[in-house]
Amino acid sequence: MFAYLVRRVGQAMAVVIGVSIIVFFLMHLLPGGERALLGARATPVQVHAFVVANGLNHPIWVQYVDYMGQLLHGNLGYSYHYNESVNSLLAANIPKSALLVGVSVVIALLIALPLGVIQAVRRNSPVDYVFTGASFVGYSMPVFWLGIVLIGWFALDLHWFPAEAPQGAGVGAAFSQPRAMVLPVATLVVVNVALFSRYVRSAALDNLVQDYIRTARAKGIPERVVLLRHMLRNSLIPVVTILGLSMPFIFSGALIVESVFNYPGMGLLFWNAAQIHDYPILVGGTLVVSTAAVVGSLLADLAYAALDPRVRYV
Amino acid sequence: MATTRDPLATRALVERTAAPEGGEAVASRGIWRVILDVFLQNRLAVVGVGIVVFFLLFCFVGPLIYRTTQVVTNLTLIHLAPSSQHLLGTDADGYDELGRLMVGGQTSLEVGLAAAVVATLWGTLWGAVAGFVGGAVDAVMMRIVDSVLAIPPIFLLLFLATAFTPSVSMLIFVVAFVSWVIPARLVRGESLSLRSRDFILAVRGMGSRDRRLVLRHILPNAVGPMIVYATFAVADAILLVAALSFLGLGIPPPAANWGEMLSNGLNYIADGWWWLVYPAGLCIVLVVVAFNFIGDALRDAVEVRLQRR
Repeated sequence: MFAYLVRRVGQAMAVVIGVSIIVFFLMHLLPGGERALLGARATPVQVHAFVVANGLNHPIWVQYVDYMGQLLHGNLGYSYHYNESVNSLLAANIPKSALLVGVSVVIALLIALPLGVIQAVRRNSPVDYVFTGASFVGYSMPVFWLGIVLIGWFALDLHWFPAEAPQGAGVGAAFSQPRAMVLPVATLVVVNVALFSRYVRSAALDNLVQDYIRTARAKGIPERVVLLRHMLRNSLIPVVTILGLSMPFIFSGALIVESVFNYPGMGLLFWNAAQIHDYPILVGGTLVVSTAAVVGSLLADLAYAALDPRVRYV
Repeated sequence: MATTRDPLATRALVERTAAPEGGEAVASRGIWRVILDVFLQNRLAVVGVGIVVFFLLFCFVGPLIYRTTQVVTNLTLIHLAPSSQHLLGTDADGYDELGRLMVGGQTSLEVGLAAAVVATLWGTLWGAVAGFVGGAVDAVMMRIVDSVLAIPPIFLLLFLATAFTPSVSMLIFVVAFVSWVIPARLVRGESLSLRSRDFILAVRGMGSRDRRLVLRHILPNAVGPMIVYATFAVADAILLVAALSFLGLGIPPPAANWGEMLSNGLNYIADGWWWLVYPAGLCIVLVVVAFNFIGDALRDAVEVRLQRR
């Protein structure tokens, strides 16, 4: 197990370095970034001064080594546009995104787990067909369309919830306006329930035909206990893995939800940065989000190894 | 996402669709027949094929019957409600909405299909080589795959789309760039397990070169899972293109695609102009659901190949 842990962490670090190389080179191969940033009226002298000040005149691999050196000191760079360090921008925005994603994933799991189990137990019944169909539709819907249709119904027509997410700095703003959080969270929940419930259903189906379920039933254990204590617990193991692996997709959904509801988190910051070619934010943001995804999948893998006694790694 | 194991879902797919021993592919006409039978038994799949055929006719034959102007704007005709003249009304530029759905669908379907094919072919080749060569080359190639896989697709897309001028071929390239990694992992697993099979040893013993081994013996055995993957990839690609259009990185007018139409139409949600909000969204959902149905059924069908062995 220890050797597995070491190898697995080593791989994760290699992936983070790989991400940094891909992101950095993609970004700096783009032509004319400084021109787009400084505007058409900047004089050649000003452009040159900017290029020199930001070290853009060095060969790209020198720039990369410099960047990584700074990164190891915990410095993600300095935003061109906001005149603020990327660290402080991310520190201000990440907690809000983490709140949005965290709350939606937890709610989605609370819905998807019982739903998937019911579907598996009632396999090929009308209940199963209805929910399977619904999850296909939820999975196939453009996230932004869902978000805006929800705004149309619940904010504009019924006036139940505000159309815009809580504004204002810090996580506190979200707590002071819980009603404004409902629609953004609901949008992400729908998408994630559709994703998770399909996996829970298939995991539950795999477990239902196992011998240990038959044994439990033969011992006269009530069906409810068989399902909850025996089957559900074992079905959770693959769901943990899926959760870890779905991180990049969940973050993607969150970015779109943030721009639909003008939720001032990481995704909105990133999207704005893409519009104004603010490279340090784009590189730093992608690195942080991807690292979070790598760590998520690492934890999921380790949890898998810890939860399932049949899994032995050497 | 570096894992020593493949992701659960993909691993299950690989295991279930593990290729038969070599040579069987030659004598497998009966097996393909069985696959077709199982596929047709799945009613949802038949519905899916029906939807796809409908939209292919709608988008590519439709404009020949329902003739509209989709290049020149007409500002005297903007935001008209559906009528006998314009069956689904008109949009903010005076384009006929139904006619635009047909033209826009062409782009969406073309980009979706092309991106899926490019991604699947490239990923398959990448995975086959990595798994076949093994060792350090494999490790490096798969860490590249893991790195691309770790970057959230929308972040990567935003990145690429700011870098390149929007056009149809750019969209195909960009979407393929984020989706080639999953087939690469699938095929790599397959290729790794095939490498040690007896028939590969036999072919090698007959003096076959590596390139021929990969192209003629490894790849054909991965065809089943790859077709399944490509089907899902079409669905994902259509959704990704729609998301890109919403984020303002679609193809500029007068070209149209469903995502572009939808995100433009959503500006009018407060005006009650439903014909700009729902039809384009419905088209996307229907086509994406259809490809997912077909993919699901194909997966089951390919699985049969194993059970009948």
